[in-house]
Amino acid sequence: MTTLLEVSGVSVSFDGFRAINNLSFQIGPAELRAIIGPNGAGKTTFMDIITGKTRPDEGRVIWGDLSRSLLSMSEAQIAQAGVGRKFQKPTVFEDQSVEENLLMALSNPRGPLAVLFYKPAKADLARVAELADEIGLRAQLFRKAGELSHGQKQWLEIGMLLAQDPKLLLVDEPAAGMTPEEREHTTQLLVEAAKTRAVVVVEHDMEFIRRLGCRVTVLHEGSVLAEGSLDHVTSNQDVIDVYLGR
Amino acid sequence: MNRSFFAQSPSVLVFLGCLGLATLFVTVLSEAFGIGVLSTSFIKTLGKTLCLCLIAVAMDLVWGYAGILSLGHFAFFGLGGYMIGMWLMYERTREIVESSMSDAVIPPTPQEISDAIGNQIFGVVGSSEFPLIWTFADSLTIQLFLVVAIPGVLAGLFGWLAFRSRVTGVYLSILTQAMTLALSLYLFQNESGLRGNNGLSGLQNLPGVEAGQDVVSMWFFWASALALGLGYLLAARVISGKFGSVIRGIRDNEQRVRFLGYAVESYKLVIFAGTAMIAGIAGALYYPQAGIVNPAEIAPIASIYLAVWVAIGGRGRLYGAVLGAIFVSLVSSYFTGGQAPDINLGFYTIKWVDWWLVMLGISFVLVTLFAPKGLGGLVDLWEDRRRPDRHGADLGPDAGALREKEAVE
Amino acid sequence: MRLLCLLALCVLLPVAVAAQDVQSILQNHAQIVAKPSRKTVSTVIDALVASGLPQVPEFLERYQARDVFQHEDGRFVYADSAGDGYRLRDIDTGAEMGTAPKDALTQIKPNGGVRRVLAGALVVFQLSAPEIERRRTALDAIARKPSADHLEPLRATIDTETDPALKARKQRLVNSLTAQYGADTGERIAAIEGLAQDVSVESRAVLSRIVQTTAGIAPELPDANIARVFEPGQDMTAEAAYLQLVDAGLAPAALTSDDIRNTLAANIDGGTVAGVPVARLSDPSARAQAYDALAASGDAPPRITEADKTQAIAAYRFFETYDEPNPEVTAAAETALAQVQTRVAVGQTIDLTLDALSLASIYFLAAIGLAVTFGVMGVINMAHGEFIMLGAYTGYVVQLFVPDYTLSLVIALPLAFAVAFGAGVAMERLVIRWLYHRPLETLLATFGISIALQQLAKTIFGTQARPLTAPGWLDGALVINEVIQISYIRIAIFVLALIFLALLLFIFKRTRLGLEVRAVTQNPKMAASMGINPDRINMLTFGLGSGIAGIAGVAIGLYAQVTSEMGANYIVQSFMTVVVGGVGNVWGTLAGASMIGGLQKGIEWFNPSNTLAAQTYMIIFIIIFIQFRPRGIIALKGRAAGD
Repeated sequence: MTTLLEVSGVSVSFDGFRAINNLSFQIGPAELRAIIGPNGAGKTTFMDIITGKTRPDEGRVIWGDLSRSLLSMSEAQIAQAGVGRKFQKPTVFEDQSVEENLLMALSNPRGPLAVLFYKPAKADLARVAELADEIGLRAQLFRKAGELSHGQKQWLEIGMLLAQDPKLLLVDEPAAGMTPEEREHTTQLLVEAAKTRAVVVVEHDMEFIRRLGCRVTVLHEGSVLAEGSLDHVTSNQDVIDVYLGR
Repeated sequence: MNRSFFAQSPSVLVFLGCLGLATLFVTVLSEAFGIGVLSTSFIKTLGKTLCLCLIAVAMDLVWGYAGILSLGHFAFFGLGGYMIGMWLMYERTREIVESSMSDAVIPPTPQEISDAIGNQIFGVVGSSEFPLIWTFADSLTIQLFLVVAIPGVLAGLFGWLAFRSRVTGVYLSILTQAMTLALSLYLFQNESGLRGNNGLSGLQNLPGVEAGQDVVSMWFFWASALALGLGYLLAARVISGKFGSVIRGIRDNEQRVRFLGYAVESYKLVIFAGTAMIAGIAGALYYPQAGIVNPAEIAPIASIYLAVWVAIGGRGRLYGAVLGAIFVSLVSSYFTGGQAPDINLGFYTIKWVDWWLVMLGISFVLVTLFAPKGLGGLVDLWEDRRRPDRHGADLGPDAGALREKEAVE
Repeated sequence: MRLLCLLALCVLLPVAVAAQDVQSILQNHAQIVAKPSRKTVSTVIDALVASGLPQVPEFLERYQARDVFQHEDGRFVYADSAGDGYRLRDIDTGAEMGTAPKDALTQIKPNGGVRRVLAGALVVFQLSAPEIERRRTALDAIARKPSADHLEPLRATIDTETDPALKARKQRLVNSLTAQYGADTGERIAAIEGLAQDVSVESRAVLSRIVQTTAGIAPELPDANIARVFEPGQDMTAEAAYLQLVDAGLAPAALTSDDIRNTLAANIDGGTVAGVPVARLSDPSARAQAYDALAASGDAPPRITEADKTQAIAAYRFFETYDEPNPEVTAAAETALAQVQTRVAVGQTIDLTLDALSLASIYFLAAIGLAVTFGVMGVINMAHGEFIMLGAYTGYVVQLFVPDYTLSLVIALPLAFAVAFGAGVAMERLVIRWLYHRPLETLLATFGISIALQQLAKTIFGTQARPLTAPGWLDGALVINEVIQISYIRIAIFVLALIFLALLLFIFKRTRLGLEVRAVTQNPKMAASMGINPDRINMLTFGLGSGIAGIAGVAIGLYAQVTSEMGANYIVQSFMTVVVGGVGNVWGTLAGASMIGGLQKGIEWFNPSNTLAAQTYMIIFIIIFIQFRPRGIIALKGRAAGD
């Protein structure tokens, strides 16, 4: 199996506190992976490192077929290389319409000049409509994103991620604040997406992860504690200790 | 321009219409081309106000749309004035010197003429040598190019330094303010080569033009109106499309835009340097009408006033910036010009010349606190647009993001 | 040597030995006294000094001042002109002797040489006078106008000098006189080496007097103590060398373009000059052609070409000679001067450091309040400068009512704190608390307050600067030596800055208030849930920062002047100080202030005449500095500092 992303021996500390400790992780080009772990296990910092927000003190992050190092790239370059991220709290551009949000996310040239002279092509508008259908916001296309409900904002953000057409999707707690039906829909979307690309889901909700039915990586104190199927990791004594406390 | 652009932003058409009508109206009332109701000096005030509107539009782009509270745009405005002022002053002095030397028994050599011009211009700072920066002062084309190039390059350099080290929010504001202070202190020195605190003067006289000031002031008024119209159109075009989406995104949530794959720094740099160039053009039109440009014009406080105009007009909407600039500068010239009647309270007489600034300061606090939409809010009232109830949440996490009270449904 | 003996005599022999009076001594040498010459007068002086009479100094003074007259009857008297004649006084007793007509008296007029000898003798008297004041005056006189004649008498009085300070001064003076006028080379060099230990302006002046040079031009180098030889083209430009030749009258002056133009104008003949049409003369080469034609026909002096200049320069040597002929002495003096200059440079560096320190403490005072409101609370207060102004005006008003400057200062400091505290709290309650988390809006709103306050101050106090006078005990300066000194007021400001540093550190690190402030600024919701009232804490913190600005205002007012714009002059620097130092840290502010103060003084040192340039370059430096340390010198690290 080829790997899309390989993280090896990464460590980072803040003011002496080791948030990530010699962490290694890899994922293939079309794979769904869930990451769980207690608070402070380093899940968010792990995503920060991949997306370039935080620079690790040591270790390597290798990307794609060409084995490029992500560490020397800026956030924008990493995003352009095909890493999409969805934040824990829905972050959409609230002062702009759903259409504008989606258009901005569509994978088109990102340079200032190209953007300045950009006119939405028919294909782009069609893709936006398609995405809006997919995330159930067709009727809200021209409303401002700020007026959407919490769940709808989550959807919009997922839609923006899909519009980016990334090779790797990092999703932080996608199901938070959703109704059971919406969760069901989200699960389908993620599973569907993972057929063509890598998807990493960080989630607390075990039930949700069970529905995903994928490999699970357990983080604890900045390193990988266990990896395998959900049943495998939940029967691991270390994991039980960490979650239930000793 | 395609139809959808104007359809998307009808306010642009309204604005351009108003501007055209106002220009026509003023022309009809002018001394030079009309019935002579408006004095030449008032025409100049109006022309200058149009230039201020143009820089206010630039400021609105950079602050209202991109969320960068620059306290340095008036420095670019002043630089534009200096660049055109160098040519005006050089050519004007050359005319005077040549005509006075033409009576000489022996015709002067080019070197003698150049020395005499240098003596005329720099005698006031105890020098007669032309500094290096005056190399192109005899060429209108090059100086006109410098009007946009110098502010653009300076803003580009400063912006590149500031943005790449991720200086944002108030830090950036303070840094731009420091840049402005440094520039004005530099220009205050005689060694700067721009006549120190004397600045450049006599700019109202166009070299090679016989027409009187009443005619020239109208030319400048038209030019200013044209520049404002074009600038407004450009700004409206920039903010209407995807570019506008991206910079508004940067204003509200920079980090999110970055994770979408946009190089935020480049966008900020483009908008910062671009608006600096617009400011330079506005300054180049303003100072020939004012007649003099000196380092005091560039002092940091001027740039803060610029932000005040935009805030009073309502940021994040181009016509708001224009309204603010017109309103504050005209009201200010009304009060400080001594036209406003004093109010006698019996025990104390309120002299507006003294109290105007106090009033401006306080009203500014009130606008910030209670009416963040400024004068633009009145337009919303008229159009019956409501603002959403967001329970106090701003539209994004960044310092420059729109506030709840600034949002429009 | 003779004088030395005299002195020994006059000191050792008691006055009682003298049996005679001055008049009789004079009569013994009447011939010489009436017509003194440099050589002969010494015998008289010897005799007078030997007599040890107390009236001798007065006589010598009057003799020197041409106040001594010879009467027809041969007696010597003092005389002052009175009306047509003279009023006479007895030399010994000083008693009035009536008047005499003009023709009965002959004024004795000692020539310059004689008067110098007299002065030398007089100095001996003054230098060993019993009154310390007279001795000091005599020393001052010698120091003002040193001459070779003073050396021996001065040296002779050193051993008997009783006052240690005066003795040291005499010693120094002897040293400097020896260096300049000593008879023997070895002695002089030793004296010069002694001078090298001193940084005083006096000894530097002596040394530079010894190495004084005169520029000279001659075909060959003269046989003199030559300091430097200049090679034209290397040590000096050929242009400058030629100008020197012109100044010395050794070469004709080169023609200026004005000269050429005037000559051409004077030779216009029917629209042409030497065949060249006038209209063409705007071309420099045409001018040259016309002028050369005039020169060829003898109507004008020929132009001096570069070749002429080179030739003229080559014929001469350019050099500087020492006025002092002895090369060993000048060499020693140059070495000594170099040593002294090194020591002066060290002194100046220390002085500059002190200056920088005092500027840093002013910036620190101006910024420390901001470090609380901006650094700790994250509130941008553009009106901070106006709080400084408020404090300064409070000090001014207090002085109007309390004329005693010390007392008024004691009242003004807490009052300024109270006034600014009040203003700060009012502003926080009315404006700022509605704008937390909106720093840009806060910036603009507080700017509105700033212009309003500034204009109010202008309306109330007028535009002219108001004085805030420091108490007498803060006048003057602490002088360490001639190079290093610092005014007491700057020391006081420095001490005040230290006190504030300690106070703030104490408040933030050791008190309950400090703990609560830190809690509220780090996590207001959490703090609130623990029973801390964030509103109250914010209000108090803001008041504290503003109050400190008020006190800083008093201090700055003492040092500078009180105007409505004084705050605005500090605001940008203050923000820079806080940003450069690192936000949220009192130590950071200290580091920032030190860096900015040090930088400004350092840049000023390179270009002392231009403080504006210093500020410009400092700000540019800061902008670049922030590139490398965006979070300041002392930065908070980790996720807490994140966006």
